[in-house]
Amino acid sequence: MTNETSTDLPAPSPPVTPRHGAGLLLRVVPPGLYAGRAHVLVERSYLVSRRGWMSVISGFFEPLFFLFSLGYGLGQLVTTVEGPGGPVPYAVFVAPALLAASAMNGAVFEATFNLFFKFKYAKTYDAVLATPLGPVDIALGEAAWCLIRGGLYSAGFIAVMLGFGLISSPWALLALPACLLVALAFAAVGMAAATFMRSWQDFDLVQLAVMPLFLFSTTFYPLSVYPGWLQAVVQWTPLYHAIELMRALTTGYVGWGALTHVAYFAVMVVIGVVVAARRLGKLLLT
Amino acid sequence: MSTHVVGPWRAALIAVENHWTWYRRNWRATVISNFLQPVLFLLAMGVGFGSQVREGAATGGHPYLVYLAPALLVITAVQNAVFESTWVVFSAFKWQRTYLAVVSTPVTPAQVLYGQLLWIALRLAAGITVFLAIAFALGAITSPWAVLAVPFATLAGMAFSAPVVAFAATREKPDAFNAIFRFLVMPMTLFTGGFFPLSQLPGWLHPLAWLTPVWHGIELARGATFGTLGVLPALGHVAYLSALVALGVVLGRRYFRRRLAV
Amino acid sequence: MSDPAANVTNVTPTLVHAKGLTKHFGSFEAVRGIDVEVSKGEAFGFLGPNGAGKSSTMRMVSCVSPRTGGELRVLGMDPETDGPKIRARIGVVPQQDNLDTELTVRQNLQVYGRYFGLSRSAVRAKATELMEFAQLTERADAEVEPLSGGMKRRLTIARSLVNDPDLLLLDEPTTGLDPQARHLLWDRLFRLKQSGVTLIITTHYMDEAEQLCDRLVVMDGGRIAAEGSPSELIRRYSTKEVLELRFPPGEQSGDEVRDLAERVEVLPDRVLLYTADGDAALAAVHARGVRPVSSLVRRSTLEDVFLRLTGRTLVD
Repeated sequence: MTNETSTDLPAPSPPVTPRHGAGLLLRVVPPGLYAGRAHVLVERSYLVSRRGWMSVISGFFEPLFFLFSLGYGLGQLVTTVEGPGGPVPYAVFVAPALLAASAMNGAVFEATFNLFFKFKYAKTYDAVLATPLGPVDIALGEAAWCLIRGGLYSAGFIAVMLGFGLISSPWALLALPACLLVALAFAAVGMAAATFMRSWQDFDLVQLAVMPLFLFSTTFYPLSVYPGWLQAVVQWTPLYHAIELMRALTTGYVGWGALTHVAYFAVMVVIGVVVAARRLGKLLLT
Repeated sequence: MSTHVVGPWRAALIAVENHWTWYRRNWRATVISNFLQPVLFLLAMGVGFGSQVREGAATGGHPYLVYLAPALLVITAVQNAVFESTWVVFSAFKWQRTYLAVVSTPVTPAQVLYGQLLWIALRLAAGITVFLAIAFALGAITSPWAVLAVPFATLAGMAFSAPVVAFAATREKPDAFNAIFRFLVMPMTLFTGGFFPLSQLPGWLHPLAWLTPVWHGIELARGATFGTLGVLPALGHVAYLSALVALGVVLGRRYFRRRLAV
Repeated sequence: MSDPAANVTNVTPTLVHAKGLTKHFGSFEAVRGIDVEVSKGEAFGFLGPNGAGKSSTMRMVSCVSPRTGGELRVLGMDPETDGPKIRARIGVVPQQDNLDTELTVRQNLQVYGRYFGLSRSAVRAKATELMEFAQLTERADAEVEPLSGGMKRRLTIARSLVNDPDLLLLDEPTTGLDPQARHLLWDRLFRLKQSGVTLIITTHYMDEAEQLCDRLVVMDGGRIAAEGSPSELIRRYSTKEVLELRFPPGEQSGDEVRDLAERVEVLPDRVLLYTADGDAALAAVHARGVRPVSSLVRRSTLEDVFLRLTGRTLVD
C-alpha cells in the first residue's frame, strides 16, 4: 500500500470497433456470433504451444512407433498383402493407413479434449466472449489450429514414408491436403460432439467411437478379411474412406472413386461446423 | 506408525473401500477402456490381422490369435494401469485433493499409498480376468495354464504402476503424463515381443526391452500358457518385477510423505 | 426502445437503460422485471444476497446472455443486434477469474487485447502499462496459476481495461480477498472512477458499496427492493443510530423495551433498537431496570438496510 503513488492510470488509446467488411462469413452469420477475428485464437494457441513445444513434438512419434513396429515387426510375419493394385509389402500397405488414422486421432483428441477442457473448466471461452468475438470465431479459430498442428504431423509422417521408400507415386503430393481435409472433418465432428459432453466420463464414449474405427477400418488388413455384409458396413465408416484415399494416393492407383471419399469428408465438415457453432452459441450465450 | 488408531493393512483396506464407493458410482467411464478396448484389440489384431499370418516358427507353431492372447493380457494390464497411476493420483493431490482430506484423519500418507496401489492391483486383476474369459470364449486360449497369466500380468502391471505412482506424486503439473504414454507405454506395447518375436528387432533394442516390465510379464504369461516356462527363468522374471514394485513403494512412501505430511 | 430520444436529451448520457428486464432459465426466474438507469461517470452498485439475480443482470448487460424479456440498451445500442460493438467498448470482470491459465501474466493481457483488434505493438505497450497499474510488473512472465487471489483479481481487472472501456462491469470484485488486497483494489477502482470510467459493481459487502458506489439498488429474489445513494437508503430504511443490547441467550423477549425505539429486532442473544438517539435510548433502558450483559451504540449502516430489506434468513 505504500508505493501506490508510483502507479499511474493507463492512458486512453483510440476506441476499438469490430472489423468491418471482413469476408463472406460476416454477412452470412448473424451479428453477434462472428466478429471476423478467429485468427487471434490461432495466435493464442501458438503462444501456448510455444511454451509446451515438447508435447507438440512428441505427438509426432506415436504414429512413427506404430509404423516401425507394424511395418517391420509384423512385416516379417506377413510378407505381402492385397493392396490397391495387387500384392504389396506390408509396410507399404499399413503406412498410408497409419497416416490417415493419425490425422483422425490427432484431430479428434484435440477437438474433443481441448475444447471440453477450455470450455468447461478453464472457462477460457467465457473470457473470449466478453470481447467482441463470438462463438463462430471460437469454432473457426480452434478448428484452424487443429489443422495447422495436424498438418505438421502429417507432413512429418509423409516425409518419413518417403525416406523409407513407402511412396511410389507423385500423387502422394496430394496426400497432405487430403490429410488436412480428413483432419478438418474429424475435428468438426469432434467439436460438435464435445459440446454434448457433460463430464470427463463421456470421453470414454469418444474412445468407443475412435478405437473401433482405428482397429477395424482396414488399417491392419485388407477388406477381404471380412464377410460380405461386414464389408458393406465398414465401407460406410469415415476412416475407411480416409485410408482408401491415402492408399490410392501413395501407391498411385487413383481413380474417380477418390472424389467419393472427398465428398464424404466435405459433408462431414459441413455437418460438424454447423452443429458445433450452433451448440457453442447456445451453451455459451445463456 | 503403530501408535495410530488403525493398522496399516486395515487403513489400506478402508482406502480400497472408499475407492470402491466412488467406483460404484462412476464405473461406466472405465468399462470401455478397461474391458472393451482389449477385446477389440484381440479381434482386430488376433483375428483380423492374424488371418494374414501363416503359422510358423515365429509364432511358436501356434495360430497368431493363440500366440497373441497371453501377451495381450500383460499389455492390457499395463495400459489399464497408466491412467490410474498418473492422472488419478495427480488429481487426488492437486485437483480433487482427496488425499489431503484423507490424511487429516488418522490415516498416514504411507497408508494412502498402500490403499491406492492395492486398489489399482484389484482393478488390474479384475480387468485381466474378464479379458481372459472373453479370450477363452473367442478360442484364443487353449490351455488351462493360462489362468497363471492373471497373477503374472497383474504383477507386471504393478511393476509399471508403482514407480509411476511415485513419480506422479512429485508432479506439480500433469504435462509429463502424455510423454509417459507416448514414450514409455507405446514402445513397451509395440516393441517387447507381444505382437511379434523380439528376435525380429535389431539386436541393440533387445537390452532395452529386457528392462521393461512388459517383456518380463509376456515371457511369464506366454511361457505359462504354452508350458515352456522353466522354474529358474520364472523366478528371475518374478524377482525383477517384484523389485520394481518394491522400488515404487519405497519411493512412493517418501514422496507421499513429503507431499502430504506438511 | 420506446424512447430513444431520452438518450439524447439527457444532460449526462445514459449508458445503461433497462426497463422491465427479465431473465428466465427454464422455469426459474432469475430476474423478474427490473428498471435501471446508469449515467455516464457514475459508480453504480447492485447489492443483494446470493441468488438475488445480480450476476444474471450483469451478464445481460455485458452482452453474453440474451435477455428473456423487457428493454435493454447499453451504450445506446441493443445487445441483441449490436453485441460485438457494445462488447468492444466495455470491460468485464466476472465473479470468478477466468484468466487464461495456459499463458503468462503478460500474454494474458496481450492476447486479450488482440481479441479487441488492437495491433501487436499496441498490446505490447498496453500490457506493460496495465501491469504497472495492477502492480504486477515483477510477475510479468510468471504463470497465472500460482499467483495469489489478490494478484489474479488485479490481473483480471487490468485485463478488463485493455480496450480502454467506457463502462466497466465488476461482479463481486473483492469476494474472497484479504483486507490488504481489498483496499488496494478499491484504490485502483477509485482512480478509474476519477478518470471518468463508469463503473457497475455487484457486491454483498456493505462497506464496499459505501466506499465505491454513488448510487445503488438492493436486489432480492430477482426484483429491486430499494434504490438510492447509500446515505439516502440509510435514511429511508433505517434510523440514524442503533443500540445493541446483549443478553444471555433466550433471556429477553424485547417486550420491556419495545416502545423505546422506532423499531426493535430480537435476536437469540441480542436486542437491536433502531432509534435516532442511541444514548438516550440506553438511558431509558437502564431507567426501566433492564440490565443487559453489555451494550453498544453505533451509527446505522447499509448492512442494517440490507438485512431489513432482504431478511436475516440464509438464502442458499
